Amino acid sequence: MNAPVVALTGASTACSRPFVQLNNVSLSFGGPEGLLALDQVSIEVSAGEFAAVVGPSGCGKSTLMKLVTGLLPPDSGTVCVDGNVVTQPIKCVGMAFQNSTLMPWRNTLHNVMLPLEIVQPFKRERRARRDEHKARAERLLRAVGLGEFGSTYPWQLSGGMQQRTNLCRALVHEPKLLMLDEPFAALDAFTREELWTVMQDLWLRQKFSAILVSHDLREAVFLADTVYVLSKRPGTVIYRKRIDVPRPRTIADSFEPHFVNIVHELRDKIMQARA
Amino acid sequence: MPYLVAVLLLVLWEVLNRLTNISSVILPAPSTIFGALVRHHEVIAQNALHTFITAMIGFGLGVVTGVVIGFATGISPEIYSSVYPLLVAFNAIPKVALLPLFVLWAGIGVVPAVLTALTLAFFPIAVNVATGLATIDPEMNDLMRSLGARRDEILLKVGIPRAMPFLFASLKIAISLAFVGTVISETVASNDGIGFLMMSASSSFNVPLVFAGVFVIAVMAVAAYGVCSLVEQRMVRWAFRVQP
Repeated sequence: MNAPVVALTGASTACSRPFVQLNNVSLSFGGPEGLLALDQVSIEVSAGEFAAVVGPSGCGKSTLMKLVTGLLPPDSGTVCVDGNVVTQPIKCVGMAFQNSTLMPWRNTLHNVMLPLEIVQPFKRERRARRDEHKARAERLLRAVGLGEFGSTYPWQLSGGMQQRTNLCRALVHEPKLLMLDEPFAALDAFTREELWTVMQDLWLRQKFSAILVSHDLREAVFLADTVYVLSKRPGTVIYRKRIDVPRPRTIADSFEPHFVNIVHELRDKIMQARA
Repeated sequence: MPYLVAVLLLVLWEVLNRLTNISSVILPAPSTIFGALVRHHEVIAQNALHTFITAMIGFGLGVVTGVVIGFATGISPEIYSSVYPLLVAFNAIPKVALLPLFVLWAGIGVVPAVLTALTLAFFPIAVNVATGLATIDPEMNDLMRSLGARRDEILLKVGIPRAMPFLFASLKIAISLAFVGTVISETVASNDGIGFLMMSASSSFNVPLVFAGVFVIAVMAVAAYGVCSLVEQRMVRWAFRVQP
């Protein structure tokens, strides 16, 4: 597939190398005097890297997602994406949440095509290249095993199929950055593991940068190159772990001793963080 | 089934009426009412048409004002939170209490009836449209914003499609209220329409004709409701989880 030609806007002022960089970022709810959610968080994600953020519940993981995408401004510190300081919602980012947020009035294909109606240059070309855009969405749906379901509606799909659709929608405009906020949390264990593989395939194919927020350590280790462990609120990075399991990883790999040891190591850190 | 129950109720009414031998000035039997319906069908049809047209004008204007006010209210959460309570307060006013004002401003006839129908019909539409627009799922909003959607794009792609089932559901309620408003107004301030016909029939103790009027209004209102319901199912099939 072609490399994305979309410039990231909503950002200004140059900053240094890594694709996503959080520099001592702090955020409180209800203003600087309020409840401190994140405290001096620093995270770096290079281009094409898959990062995961894990931590006890309520540690500000989801808040982190909003900071990176510019939906929330930090109280202090800086967020840089693609060499620019983020000051307002950045464009050309793909997002998927735990709730699939599909539009019930659109069928699967049109749900997937939604970003192509909003993000430039696709929006400009949406009439001239209608068939091409449709083919692009259909290709993605086939890649996640939903090739035949383009004309079905969200309520006709199972939870797992809705999340596959959701992933397709997050990736159809070939964003350079994919943000995943516990997208597999509401699924049953088997479907979840299946979708980890689907996610990995999509990533190996398109090589975007990705940040996954999760409370499932196996999921984080399976998908990520680097795992960050956050402390309990106020969230701060207490541990950073490179995952050296070779790709492509399989579900069977996740039961190998090396993989299991990493999971245990992270688990210990979280237990300490909760104490 | 509902037809069967209706027929059973009518039969029960007829039987009780004959058993108790109650005067038709108090409560006429269904057969007597039907007789009045047939005997006076010309005058009934003429007045029913008048009522129907009046109610439809009131309903039409109610849809326009309801959609406009609902849209303006729901377009932003700030406006919604400040205007919505006022809408509710307005709705708490008994519309019949406004009728003397309408008569004062417009005289008797069609105009006060249209105005009463309008004031009754616009409210459910305005409230529903506003609610549909103003209650967009925050995650959906985040998703659209992260794609770089402008406010008007979010409104067009999320707000309006989402508000459609709310709008069509409110039309059913509004059309019934339009008939209520029209007939109320006709009973006090008109020389035409079913409401007027019932008032004059009751003042001459022609009770079967009063009931015939009630029956005709009921049929018209139910039919109008049915049409709205059909339109609703056609327009927003997805909300009924029917594959379009």
